[in-house]
Amino acid sequence: MELLERFAAGDVEAFETLFRQYQGEVYGWIVRIVRNPAAAEDLTVETFWRVYRAHARFRPDGSFGAWARRIATNAAYDHLRRSRHELQLRDDYADSEHPDPAVRREAGQRIARAFGELPVRLRAAATLALIEEEPYERIAEGLGISVGGVKSRVWRAVRLLRKSLKGVSVEP
Amino acid sequence: MSEKNHEDLGRALRNALPPMGQAELQRDLWPHLLRRLEERPGRVPWFDWALIALVALWALLSPQMIPILLYHL
Repeated sequence: MELLERFAAGDVEAFETLFRQYQGEVYGWIVRIVRNPAAAEDLTVETFWRVYRAHARFRPDGSFGAWARRIATNAAYDHLRRSRHELQLRDDYADSEHPDPAVRREAGQRIARAFGELPVRLRAAATLALIEEEPYERIAEGLGISVGGVKSRVWRAVRLLRKSLKGVSVEP
Repeated sequence: MSEKNHEDLGRALRNALPPMGQAELQRDLWPHLLRRLEERPGRVPWFDWALIALVALWALLSPQMIPILLYHL
């Protein structure tokens, strides 16, 4: 019996083989969404726990990696809902022509805050598309939506960000 | 809204929030997952046990009430 068929039948050894094969990829996907390495490790464990529980629903003719990434996305959404506004601003933020470092830092904090207040599904799509610069096709596969759906979420995220940054005069 | 607008905002975001890029997992998570898989599923909270004990005691003291209880279940 093939590895994926054995996993679908509930074989723990097959699951361990798949886990070792995909844990890095799933972690990499999650950390790009939640932006916190420690939380991403916990969510990787949570994801594979959900994967194992759902083994009977897996179709062995499908892609295990894509299926696991979609489950990982849902685990990441849950995490983002619980810790919505925790975003770490980079120390060397300098994307402003303003000569005062305090003003530049303030601008960066406002951008990070506005980003943290986006609805989680828009935030995840915008993180992957605008910050991580992932191809739209890969984002669509991982989020379990169409490429058009990804573009729509990114567009809505950009619109909301521009709206919330307008009032505080730090429009990028 | 143009691609240029997306690029400008993307640049500002990347400056404020650095990309995680190809962040790599630093340790094997299998032992953690194994522990999670071996956890006993759904422990019954203490107050559920207390409620069961209370109902059992009540049934023992007033057996004539058992049909009424069953009717309401």
